[in-house]
Amino acid sequence: MSLNSKIPAGELSQKWSLYKNNCKIVNPANKRSLEVIVIGTGLAGASAAASLGELGYKVKAFCFQDSPRRAHSIAAQGGINAAKNYQNDGDSVYRLFYDTIKGGDYRARESNVHRLAEVSANIIDQCVAQGVPFAREYGGMLSNRSFGGTQVQRTFYAAGQTGQQLLIGAYQALERQVALGNVTMYSRHEMLDIVKIDGKARGIIARNLITGKLERHFGHAVLICSGGYGNVFYLSTNAMGSNVTAAWKAHKQGAYFGNPCYTQIHPTCIPVSGDHQSKLTLMSESLRNDGRIWVPKKQNDNRKPNEIPEDERDYYLERRYPAFGNLVPRDVASRAAKERCDAGYGVGTSKQAVYLDFAAAVIRYGTIECSKQGNHSPSAEEVRKYGLAVVKEKYGNLFDMYAKITGEDPYEVPMRIYPAVHYTMGGLWVDYELMTTVEGLYCLGEANFSDHGANRLGASALMQGLADGYFVIPYTLGNYLADDIRTKAIPTDHPAFVEAEKQVADRINKLMSIKGKQSVESIHKRLGLIMWNKCGMGRTAQGLQEAIVEIQALKKEFWSDVFIPGTIEGMNNELDKAQRVADFIELGELMCKDALNREESCGGHFREESQTPDGEAQRNDEEFMYVAAWEYNSDSKWTLHKEALNYEVVKPSQRSYK
Amino acid sequence: MEHYNMNLTLKVWRQQNAQSQGAFETYSVKEISSEMSFLEMFDVLNEQLIHEGKEPITFDHDCREGICGACSMHINGQAHGPWHETTTCQLHMRAFKDGDTIVVEPWRAAAFPVIKDLMVDRTAFDRIIQAGGYISVNTGNAQDANNLPIAKDKADESFAAATCIGCGACVASCKNASASLFLSAKVAHLALLPQGDAERKTRVLNMVEQMDKEGFGACTNTGACEAECPKGISIMNIRRLNAEYIRAGLSGSIAK
Repeated sequence: MSLNSKIPAGELSQKWSLYKNNCKIVNPANKRSLEVIVIGTGLAGASAAASLGELGYKVKAFCFQDSPRRAHSIAAQGGINAAKNYQNDGDSVYRLFYDTIKGGDYRARESNVHRLAEVSANIIDQCVAQGVPFAREYGGMLSNRSFGGTQVQRTFYAAGQTGQQLLIGAYQALERQVALGNVTMYSRHEMLDIVKIDGKARGIIARNLITGKLERHFGHAVLICSGGYGNVFYLSTNAMGSNVTAAWKAHKQGAYFGNPCYTQIHPTCIPVSGDHQSKLTLMSESLRNDGRIWVPKKQNDNRKPNEIPEDERDYYLERRYPAFGNLVPRDVASRAAKERCDAGYGVGTSKQAVYLDFAAAVIRYGTIECSKQGNHSPSAEEVRKYGLAVVKEKYGNLFDMYAKITGEDPYEVPMRIYPAVHYTMGGLWVDYELMTTVEGLYCLGEANFSDHGANRLGASALMQGLADGYFVIPYTLGNYLADDIRTKAIPTDHPAFVEAEKQVADRINKLMSIKGKQSVESIHKRLGLIMWNKCGMGRTAQGLQEAIVEIQALKKEFWSDVFIPGTIEGMNNELDKAQRVADFIELGELMCKDALNREESCGGHFREESQTPDGEAQRNDEEFMYVAAWEYNSDSKWTLHKEALNYEVVKPSQRSYK
Repeated sequence: MEHYNMNLTLKVWRQQNAQSQGAFETYSVKEISSEMSFLEMFDVLNEQLIHEGKEPITFDHDCREGICGACSMHINGQAHGPWHETTTCQLHMRAFKDGDTIVVEPWRAAAFPVIKDLMVDRTAFDRIIQAGGYISVNTGNAQDANNLPIAKDKADESFAAATCIGCGACVASCKNASASLFLSAKVAHLALLPQGDAERKTRVLNMVEQMDKEGFGACTNTGACEAECPKGISIMNIRRLNAEYIRAGLSGSIAK
């Protein structure tokens, strides 16, 4: 099957308007008889389910958590971008579009990204109308801050908890639709397969995680909004339950997987403290607004940070990238940290960390505050006192979290940070309408591949999730369902449902019958190590080839030696986890194959063979300016399809933040 | 910071499902690092149980960053354990010392029935939100965000109430198992904003009615909820809730 991205004709800036003017619409009476299944209730899923419910569709929403309010979107800290230009600093839809394309290292589709920038302003309006309490200035206007990879202030935020506030806004809109009877909510449910009839997605098999029973659900269309797959690395900033299963089942039913190797390693996370570590914690990128990143100039310097004088510190980001300094994009900042640590300049007991230091910010803010009070020659203590108060107001919750996890006081000693897996730009391939290669099967938010190319800019994930759910899918789904109004709800005793349920049950029985010796967790950890070491921040052909062999061997071990206690009936977290890990193993192999195929460096994908003389990512536009969309054939076998990326407006160049 | 290892005795509530009778079981764990989080200590215990061919302990957890509100253990008689304004997932083993015995129970409240072991059913909170914890605005209705200036102190106060993570610690800590702090945080979040004004009266009446229907107790101003809340939600929100409730009642509004 050849890829048709269905990009509308016309000028880039007119495409979305033209699409909206011309797409088909379902009349209200018909909407009532059309059923839509939404998998996942994070920003993308909750906003889609709520908006479609408002339009009158019959929606069924599923999440594995006990409540839709717990989805991992809630953990996003820093903010959400929008081209409002409230700061009068030169922002525009075009500039947000351009920054996102460039930030993505010219590996995203222009038309999708432009649409994202266009609807970004509506998102802020919508969220404020819902009562999302964004940060404000004294005049009552919305406040903005800077984020990495941009030179304007376009990031809206709610302290360090922007994701939480946006998700609660979407969750409340969703619960309102539940109360009105437009959405039926199925929490503690996991989607375990897509049901296809005549080539179209027509429903799902889901497992009730409390009873263990399998359920069949019909839908005229199915939306996968299940988030990213960073937990393939075992250690990541993702929530413990975040998984690829829904997307992977869709992939095995014919949805191509786009750019699986594009992984975002976030530069500012709390370093690993030991083998017991179950997850990693992000310190918001907004900290790089005021924090300065440094390592000692001397290798293996064991002095305490406060004992190292200013001239013996290497502020390596400011040194290497004077134009953007500490606010270079995430991929660049992460690689620079790795480079310093690999070269022996790392700090802390593990030597796998760099400092994030607020001392200069404390002095700067303290001086301003003293001056506001008319104190123009303050003492060092006064400056520090007022400076700390400002830093505390801006980042207090992040500092508290750091102190709880590490036992160190970041107001006194610089934070230690190191990059960690945070986000996956890859995901199910979708066309302009967010439809996968399976008809009637859509994918929204982080679960799809579409808008961030090879690297996502900070504060863009929340934007994309809500853009897809609030403002894109209500139009594009109607365009599809308008041709489906004559299709009656298909009874779930249809042979396709029976067969799909049987397949799922067989797989669960097989897993439970292995009765081996290794725990699910221990195998997941081993998968994570392979991925981190060989498909992480630096990748080589040799390492990737080895990883593929190791993962295939691990898969055999899993299916012959895993031990899952308990029973199929009733709540069994180990069984839930085993099914997810089984899918992660298969995904890991595909990620390595994709990374091996892409013999260039771009964004978060760094092939060590392909770098400039000064160690920057070296793209190869001649050969690799395409989206790699992988079609699943059979066990360990995929076919690569390429969607060429045509840049009509932006001229790709070597990305420079110097 | 000095790190150390410890051996611990754990008394954990085990309960197969909502219908069965539960009981405490005693376990010992060894060589627990002070750098671990409390839940990582539970991971060690669970791996140990799996290794022995036993069923691990079921508990709710997800983000492990203190923000999703999933984790919910009652530790040594305190919701989320001994640290102030800290969720169970952010509690670290530095809080304990070698030889300690730690008692771990699920939330105890009639409106939060146990699903299994330490996991309870908190969907009652979702239903309270369904009763009115929102602003009725459809997608696409919004005006430009800055057309509605909101004073910073009001916005900050609203935000402070909105940081509730819906974990249920307030209910578990309350001798009456009241959900007043949870409910009041939502009422305050929306009542403090001009956007929430139109539905202000019916919202509070409907949400309180739903809370009562779910079997939560009444508030007697003991203050345990505020003391144990991992997000420091202020009990002043309950004062606001009462004021909103009376105001709505006096105006003649009725729950729908």
